[in-house]
Amino acid sequence: MKIIQIILILVLSPFLSGVINRTKAFFCGRKGSPIFQLYYDIYKLLLKGAVYSSTITWVFIAGPIVSLSAIILAAFLIPFGGEVSLISFNGDIILFIYLLGLGRFFTVLAALDTGSSFEGMGASREVQFAVFAEPALFLSVAALVRLTGKISLSEIFDTINNSCWAEYSPVIFLVLGAIFIVFLTENSRIPVDDPNTHLELTMVHEVMVLDHCGVDLAYICYGSAVKFWILGSFIVSIILKTKHIGWGADQLIFILAMTVLAFIVGLAESFLPRLRLLKVPHLLIVALALSILALTLTFRGFK
Amino acid sequence: MNDKCLIINNCQAKMSKDIPIIGFTEFRDSVITETQIGARVVSFFAKVKEEGRFILVIVLARDKEGTLAVFSTEVKESYHSLTLDVPQVHLFEREIFEQWGIRPNGHPWLRPVRFHQPYSEEISKFVENRKARSAKPFLRISGQETHQVSVGPVHAGIIEPGHFLFQCHGEKVFNLEISLGYQHRGLERSILSAPSQRLIHYMETAAGDTTIGHCLAYCQAIEALADCRVPLRAAAIRGILLELERLANHTGDLGALANDIGYLPTTAYCGRLRGDFLNMTAYICGNRFGRNIVRPGGLSFDLDFSMIKELIKRLEETFEDVKNAVSLLWDSSLVVERFDETGILTKINAIDLGIVGVAARACGIERDVRFDFPTGIFKFSQIPVSTHSSGDVFSRAFVRWLEIQRSFEFIRDQLKNLPEGNISHEIGNINKDRTVVSLIEAWRGEIAHIVFTDNAGKICDYKITDPSFHNWLGLAIAVRGEAISDFPICNKSFNLSYCGHDL
Repeated sequence: MKIIQIILILVLSPFLSGVINRTKAFFCGRKGSPIFQLYYDIYKLLLKGAVYSSTITWVFIAGPIVSLSAIILAAFLIPFGGEVSLISFNGDIILFIYLLGLGRFFTVLAALDTGSSFEGMGASREVQFAVFAEPALFLSVAALVRLTGKISLSEIFDTINNSCWAEYSPVIFLVLGAIFIVFLTENSRIPVDDPNTHLELTMVHEVMVLDHCGVDLAYICYGSAVKFWILGSFIVSIILKTKHIGWGADQLIFILAMTVLAFIVGLAESFLPRLRLLKVPHLLIVALALSILALTLTFRGFK
Repeated sequence: MNDKCLIINNCQAKMSKDIPIIGFTEFRDSVITETQIGARVVSFFAKVKEEGRFILVIVLARDKEGTLAVFSTEVKESYHSLTLDVPQVHLFEREIFEQWGIRPNGHPWLRPVRFHQPYSEEISKFVENRKARSAKPFLRISGQETHQVSVGPVHAGIIEPGHFLFQCHGEKVFNLEISLGYQHRGLERSILSAPSQRLIHYMETAAGDTTIGHCLAYCQAIEALADCRVPLRAAAIRGILLELERLANHTGDLGALANDIGYLPTTAYCGRLRGDFLNMTAYICGNRFGRNIVRPGGLSFDLDFSMIKELIKRLEETFEDVKNAVSLLWDSSLVVERFDETGILTKINAIDLGIVGVAARACGIERDVRFDFPTGIFKFSQIPVSTHSSGDVFSRAFVRWLEIQRSFEFIRDQLKNLPEGNISHEIGNINKDRTVVSLIEAWRGEIAHIVFTDNAGKICDYKITDPSFHNWLGLAIAVRGEAISDFPICNKSFNLSYCGHDL
């Protein structure tokens, strides 16, 4: 069963990008690209070779591989539809966050390795945002740990599902707020970053992967899709109260909930402009503040 | 004020010998005094007198009086640069130096403008000059925490080529240097040797998105030189075409601005609506950019009653949609926040640099050829000047919206009250030894065509000044001190032409 869950995550992740794009297209009055477009793109890219600049070192080649591996490993730790994750142990949340950190670290290194001024700017922006986003995620998780008294992801979500919603909702709302902002930042969505822009000077994540092509780019596209899924399921697992109707039904509800989340992201992108780049840290500080507040509340009598 | 100058109106042909040639010191003082009391440099260029001797001609616009002052001086191989006293001429002096090798002594930044061969290539000493000029490097800053970002000439979007070099400290831009010339086709020189039937096609492609603007400027000049009066009906339809061009481009620009900040609703609708306006032009003349219609003497296509009815219907429908799409911009506080106080060009800088068009009006300067130097239909039916004073991206976007509304009203009124009559008069012979300055407020700003004829009635000098030529430095000044990530929306808010600059 757990193996099937992992396979589901790995297979379904690129589907969500199709949902977002179709939502945006719908609100623009366009037809939009096929809902499975990312699958086609990844397939096409996998068939291609890669071109490397003469200035790069092994770091550039390792970047996409390491970050994809880190993200897939993180996917092993994330519970799915109220079930226990494939790998689950006490303190796996620390590993989870650091795996995401490792992925980012190698993406940034690979970007710097090209020596391009664009990629340097993108790397600097990515790290600048991470300085706020990572602590926000850490503190949110710490608040959840305090709230539930558990220190493994599966158990935390299980406890929230069964008992905490009614009793501790303020903490959960604050954590959800913080994690949603982190989720948008990490996946470079509007209002933090514009995944569709062609303007290198304004890009954050996209500009770091400008020099990658072929198989490497396929890894990056796929890695982003899986990352979207695992951080999204972080949110969905908190909100969605598992009914325990049966394994298949639970999974189906979870997948539907993920699709709704992608739809909401698409909706936000349809109606919100991007923030001024220099103001993005303000938004991230809000996430940080929410998570600090949540953690403080858990110290003040909320268990 | 200098009395030794030729005072003319827009599109008024005069004998070339009426342009006074004064001593250089007097010339220099006159330009400085005139610009200090509010005149603006329309164009500044060199004409060959005889080998090694040149006439520098300057055309100044006295906007408040609605007159143009033209005077000239004679120089040999160098003169005392005016740039430090009259910053507006900085690019003109560089242009003259590049074309003829006439050195403006004391010019602070004598880089080539378009990187082409000098016009007087055959003279060996200029080849030497050219080598020296190409060696002039970009401005650089140094320091451990500074970096430079070079963008272009090939860009990610479907736009023209141009090289931008940013000197940055983190996200902050210290200096932006813009280097163009990749679109240089040698238009001004080709005009002199081309058969006269081909000229109109050169004008149509001088800057493809301003086809009507450049064609009108050219036709007005030729008509003035040939003493040909355009029928009123043709003048009205020309006005309609010019304003349709403005509507299409302004609508497209507002959509492109929304696209640059990732605001989808306005982007998606304005992209389509721009096409609707272009299709209206195509409905009149068969070409979306208005080629093949404006001709010396009048027009080559007329409107009949059913076409007018159809045009009014389309215009009203499209305008209603534009209104909805654009109001989405102003209703979103996040969008307004993004535009506000981004890329400010101060009024003082705008006046010093001689900025024209939307960019000038967005700094609160009332500068509009349709109002200050009206020709054609604008003599009878004036469009109010739209200004906004903050000088930022918001201001430039908002002025566009104001102009969209006014152009819409103008076109509707003209279509409803279109005068009867011919659409074209036979163009006679072009008069000999004449000079004319023809100005048009195209959608980007003032287009100036200055034409000289020789003693056979043939064009012997043709100078085109596109609004972009004045405004590119305005963009570079506006992004100083801004975040580099804001450059794209600053650039889009100016939306200058590369080929119009490069010619």
